[in-house]
Parts: sequence; structure tokens; C-alpha cells
Amino acid sequence: MSQLTAPTLTSPARAEAGFLRVLAGQTVTVLRKDLLLEWRGRSRLLSVMLFGLVTLALFSFAVGPDSANLRAGASGFLVLALLLSSTLALSESFRLEHEQRAIEGLLLLPVDPTAIYYGKALGNTIFLCLLAPVLMWVAMVLYAVEFGALTLVKMLGLWVLAAAGLSAPGTLYAAMTSRLRSQDVLLPLLLFPLVIPVLLGSVKAMDLVMTGDPMSQLRSWSLMLLAFDVIYWSLCGVLFQHAIEDP
Amino acid sequence: MTQRIPWARISWEHWVAGCGLALLLVGTYVGLFVAPPERHMGDVQRIMYVHVPSAWNGLLCYTGAFVAAIVVLWTSRPKWDAAMVGMIEAGVVLNALLLVQGSIWARATWGVWWDWDVRLTTSLVMLLLFAGVMALRSFVEDAERRTTWTAIATIVSFVDVPLVYFCVRWWRSLHQVQSTPETVDRAMVLPLRMNAVAFLLLAIWFAARRARLELALRRRDEVAVPERRELVHA
Repeated sequence: MSQLTAPTLTSPARAEAGFLRVLAGQTVTVLRKDLLLEWRGRSRLLSVMLFGLVTLALFSFAVGPDSANLRAGASGFLVLALLLSSTLALSESFRLEHEQRAIEGLLLLPVDPTAIYYGKALGNTIFLCLLAPVLMWVAMVLYAVEFGALTLVKMLGLWVLAAAGLSAPGTLYAAMTSRLRSQDVLLPLLLFPLVIPVLLGSVKAMDLVMTGDPMSQLRSWSLMLLAFDVIYWSLCGVLFQHAIEDP
Repeated sequence: MTQRIPWARISWEHWVAGCGLALLLVGTYVGLFVAPPERHMGDVQRIMYVHVPSAWNGLLCYTGAFVAAIVVLWTSRPKWDAAMVGMIEAGVVLNALLLVQGSIWARATWGVWWDWDVRLTTSLVMLLLFAGVMALRSFVEDAERRTTWTAIATIVSFVDVPLVYFCVRWWRSLHQVQSTPETVDRAMVLPLRMNAVAFLLLAIWFAARRARLELALRRRDEVAVPERRELVHA
């Protein structure tokens, strides 16, 4: 009897493991496709990076030449530059798919929509992480802030968390709004209020990394960012299939 | 000859609204003239009798919209889509009222119209999120897609709602934590409860009317006469 019941107990677990393996494989394939397209074009990365640099310069013009003021707002300016650049990057990631109706081809393939979401969201996260070295270096120069090696590592870690937080809902909303005429208005309108916790958490955490953390608050702000990432990466992954069901 | 009012043809939500209005009048009278003034804040505390009901019912409307959004994704039935839209819009109206009333109260008690306190910030974010959902809906022309996307955006935005409720317990806040009947004088609890029920009934009326309008608009779109250009093309 036990021999008969054993497979029924283990088979769902095995099926789930198999499903997850297939999903991971498909996700990597979608991610590779996006990275390959990006590498061939490279224009998106350059234009978004340039946009981020212009934004950083504009903040320093708006605040004035006082280096103390600039240093005090450096973390906020950095994260805002990332946020504003992300809207360009996110909308562009789905524009390509719709331009040649490539999304229809992608959906005709035996690929789980969840894998398309995670592939795209990972691609967007990597894309936003690529902005970090350049924008941080420019911030160091323009805002007169200095990073040690450990500070730099912590800043990069927070940047990854912030980029992941922006990409999770951003990829879902970009998939929806990329088909609308008023995409340029709608994406920021939907995304900006939603990612306010990411903005608050990353600005505060980066500020603590740059100026010191006497009250040991860095861990709780980082955990808040991590919680946001976990919630939205899970939720948007489930919802994505409904968003693109009818291309 | 006097014409009789066809009572049977009056929709149920109008009866609900009538009860709500009557209760609101009585509750407001009790709140303004019967309940005692608060010891420290004086008469300005009476704004609580509309502020707290706005908050409770706003959160309730968003929660209802969230439930409707899940059902919409599950069933794709227009009825639930209409209910979801009605509750989102009722929630947005109550949320806007909440912020305006809170701002007036803050000016009188804290000395400022606005403070970047966690409760105020999350409430503002909640308004912006659901206003964004309404904006998204207005830009989508295809009815089925509009339904699905509104449901998705509602579910994504709802994550902020529990945060609004629990933030005063989780973080240090200038805004007070939730009161209970044990911490509020009995004379103040009565008008508060009356107005809370009145706001709920009025919110139900608003959501139901908006849902009916949404269903009527959908029916109109389904039976719309094709434009001349489309007929010629056919």
C-alpha cells in the first residue's frame, strides 16, 4: 500500500520542481534575448545614461554651487536620477516588442508568460544597475562626496535593491502602457506613487552609508527595500499573464 | 390633479442614500451641538465626526475594490468590473475629503497645513495610486482590456492600504493611533458611529450609481452604430 501511495505524495513536488526548472530556463532565454538585443543596439543604454547625467547636472544647477547643500542632497539626487532614467528604460524595453509585433511571436512560442515577465524584469534590473558606476562617479565629482571601498560596495548593494524595486512594477506597467498612445504620461503617473517606498528607503539608506549610521538604522531601511522587492516581484509575476493575455 | 410618485420604481440605492442623509443630519447635529468639546483642542475636535468616517469608509471602499478586482481577473464579468470602478471612485472621493479635513485639523492643532508624517504621506500616496488607476482606465479604449488592466492596477495599488492603517503602530507618528470606544468618551462615540454608518450608506449609493453608469456605458458601446467610414469600408 505504501508503495502505491508514495508516488502520489512525491509526484506533485517533482512536477513543481520540474516546472520551476523549465520556468528558470525560459526566463534565462528571454533575458539572454533582451541582453543580446541591447548589446547589438547599445543606443538605449547610452541615451538613458546621458539622460541620467543631465538630470544630475540639473539638480546641481537647481540647488546652486554650495557644496555643503549638494553633499547633503547627494543621495536624493542620485536616486531621483535613477528613477527618472528608469521610466525611459522601462518604456523602451516594451516599445521594441510592440514595434515589430514581436510580442505576438513571443506569446505564440511555448513560453510561460511568467518567464517573459521575469526575463524582462531581470533585464531591466541589470540595465539600471549598469547606470550605477557612471552616475555614482559623476555624483562624486559634482557633489563633492567621497566613497571608500566599503561605502562603494554598500552603495552598489542598495542600488541593486532600488533598481529591482523599480523594475518589478515598472516592467508590468510598461507592458500595459506600451500599447497606449499616452504611454509617456501614464507610466510615470502609475509608477511614481507606487515606488515612493523605494525612493524613501534607498535615499535614507544611501545617506546613512555616506554620512555615517550612529543609530544603526541602515539594516531596517535595507530590509524595507528588500520587503518591497519580494512583494512586488512575486505579485507582478502572478499578474503579468493577465496583462499580456490579449496582445 | 396631483401625480403619484411611483415608489416601486425608485432604485434601492436611493433609499439607502435617503437613510444615509437622514443619519448624517442627525449625527452632525449631535456632533456639533450635543457632544461636549474636547478638553485640549476645543471645538476643532468636532471635525473628527467627518474625518474618521471618511477614513474608515475610504479604506473599506478600496478593500471592496480589491476584492472585486480579484473576482474580475477570475471571472471577467462586467458586473464586477462596474462594482470595482464604483468602489474605486467612492474611495478616491473619500480619500480626497480625508486629506482636506485632516489638513484643516492639522492647521488648527499642529499649526501647519501639512506635515510629512507617515500616516499623512501614505494617505496621499494612496490617493495618487488610485487616481492613477482611474487615469489608466480612461486611456484604454478596448472594454475587456480596460477591465483587466484596471483590476491589475487596483491589486498592485492595494498594497498601500494596509500600510495606511497600520503605519501609526509600526512607526513613530505625529498622527495618533487608532482610538477605541474605551479611549473615547461615550458622548463622542455616538455621533462618530452615526456618521460612520451615514458615510457608509452614502458611499454605497455613490458606488452603486457609478456601477450602473458603467454598465450603461458598456451596453451603449456594445450596441453603438458603426461610424459611416466603417460601414463604407465593410
